[in-house]
Amino acid sequence: MTTTSGGLQNPVEQYLRMDRIPHIWCPGCGIGTTVNCFARALDDSGLNLQNLAIVSGIGCTGRVAGYLDFDSFHTTHGRALPFATGLKLANPELKVVVYSGDGDLIAIGGNHFIHAARRNLDVTVICVNNFNYAMTGGQVAPTTPQNAVGTTAPLGVVERPFNLPFLADSCGAVYVARWTAFHVRQLSKSMAEALRKDGFSFIEVIAPCPTLYERRNRLGTSLERMEWYRDNSVIKNGADTRECDIVFQDKIVCGKFVDRERENLIEATRAKQEAARNR
Amino acid sequence: MSNNGKAELTGALYIDGDHAAAEGAIAAGCNFVAGYPITPSTEIVERIAARFPGTGGTFIQMEDEIASSIAIQGAVWGGAKAMTVSSGPGISLMMEHIGLAAMTEVPCVFVNVQRGGPSTGLPTLPAQADMMQARWGSHGDYEIIALCPNSPQECFDLIIQAFNLSEQYRVPVMFMMDESIGHMTERVVIPPYRDIPIVPRKFTVRPPGQYRPYEPEDDTLVPALTKAGQGHNVHITGLTHDERGYPVMSAVAQDKLIRRLVGKIRNNVHKITDVRADGLEDADVVVLSYGITSRIAMRAVRMARERGLKVGCLRLVVVWPFPEQVIRELAERVSVMIMPEINMGQMVLEVERCAAGRCRVVSVPHAGGTVHDPKTIFHAIMEAAG
Repeated sequence: MTTTSGGLQNPVEQYLRMDRIPHIWCPGCGIGTTVNCFARALDDSGLNLQNLAIVSGIGCTGRVAGYLDFDSFHTTHGRALPFATGLKLANPELKVVVYSGDGDLIAIGGNHFIHAARRNLDVTVICVNNFNYAMTGGQVAPTTPQNAVGTTAPLGVVERPFNLPFLADSCGAVYVARWTAFHVRQLSKSMAEALRKDGFSFIEVIAPCPTLYERRNRLGTSLERMEWYRDNSVIKNGADTRECDIVFQDKIVCGKFVDRERENLIEATRAKQEAARNR
Repeated sequence: MSNNGKAELTGALYIDGDHAAAEGAIAAGCNFVAGYPITPSTEIVERIAARFPGTGGTFIQMEDEIASSIAIQGAVWGGAKAMTVSSGPGISLMMEHIGLAAMTEVPCVFVNVQRGGPSTGLPTLPAQADMMQARWGSHGDYEIIALCPNSPQECFDLIIQAFNLSEQYRVPVMFMMDESIGHMTERVVIPPYRDIPIVPRKFTVRPPGQYRPYEPEDDTLVPALTKAGQGHNVHITGLTHDERGYPVMSAVAQDKLIRRLVGKIRNNVHKITDVRADGLEDADVVVLSYGITSRIAMRAVRMARERGLKVGCLRLVVVWPFPEQVIRELAERVSVMIMPEINMGQMVLEVERCAAGRCRVVSVPHAGGTVHDPKTIFHAIMEAAG
């Protein structure tokens, strides 16, 4: 295994495919930060990591699966969740994590997202929200705040964006949290919590895309964005998810909003079959 | 639906083609089905949903056909034998994932109970108009295998063959039924499962660290599989990839991968081909057909034979890969090939390509909604025979 200089191994290297580094993400991109948090969360999760499977869709965040040294699946655009559904149902022993972007999970994959949450599929979904389609050059997404610009909305977005925590909550997710790429400790802790849940757990991570979204909207460098996240995030654990809308350049409500128990899909199926056998 | 609560059904049943296909899948060892209701295939998933609790399989009704067609691929990586089931509009939605299965070499079965199209078309009436879609529907260069049953019994028998071929070659196999076969009720004999030949999945014997998911471990072009949770830490992607499964964006990697994906089928066409001949020995005229149309064609051929004509029949059971060599050789020794099919002339294009002018090729098209009138095929035979 490759080690960093000085012979000391970075503690996250053990979870990465070091033969694929350097990665493709731009300098200042927030995705790598979330992967670092995820690697540290794995240490804290207590999971049997041989049973961990990572599923991604398409896009910048969709490349996460390729850098994590576990069974990893880089599927089609928007379809990470239905792939994960089959994977988990075929082998319930697996811990399945879907790691993808906002366009992938919520636009083209939005239908699968609401149904996986409704079913309470036992899967952890990490959605890196950079407010645009970055891989294809900065088009607007259903998460882009109103009035922000993108190449396909040069005059500014007129559509109302999704409030992802509210969407996940209303569909029945058992765990819902939102952090920014600035909140690395909270994010890592939240990821470990989500991994331990037996149901549909969802974390939205607001992350900078300095190359496209931040640049086009004149929001500064990634460092400036970190400062902005620091100064403009409001941590409200247990907040009503209806009040977590994203408004362009307004406060970002962060925290753990939902943490509840609900029979998951596999448990419910087994209970039904057991009841049928005993009839 | 009665199954007497038994996991294994054997003996003679009186069931339709949809039910027979479901039973065949179960007998083949299928233990994961994802589907979405669509006429005229719905009875297959209904029977699976009723039977799987007793066989230990998992059925899930997904939110759409796109989801179904990739849930089965996740299930294969979870270790399952999997299929999905649909008809025209749903199959059209699945096309991207047929390409994914071809690219990532996921053994799985796609059942298409064909109905009239395009678009919503004729939901309750038959067609054979998805034959070219089955072969070419997804983007890019790839090969698949497609089988065409012509009876409920064959829905049972051949879907087992479909699973076996998918495992042997690690390709998606298209099981091309049609509405009339799906809804036709006949006697179906199910042998004891232990008497049914099953091709087991070829799992790698290599330990973690040495397994490369896209490197054939023997002299076939087909790599061995693994499943998640074995410590192999595979990376699977729909991107062009190397033997490790890692994305490689180059013409060299593309050439190597695509030649192998295509080659593992093209090099084995002779092994995969399954055609059934009747009276070809002294035939001057041959009727080529597949699926339900082969039964109508047989009636027309009998009518012609009663008039003293030397007419043979050739039925394609495996439709893709196309049995090129069989058609080339046949074209050398007959004067006319007649091809009725319930579409406006699809497989006949392949016949013309392989005949290459060595004999006449006559298309007997039908837009769908019913099967051919045998007299139409009979008249085509009489006209061709002069």
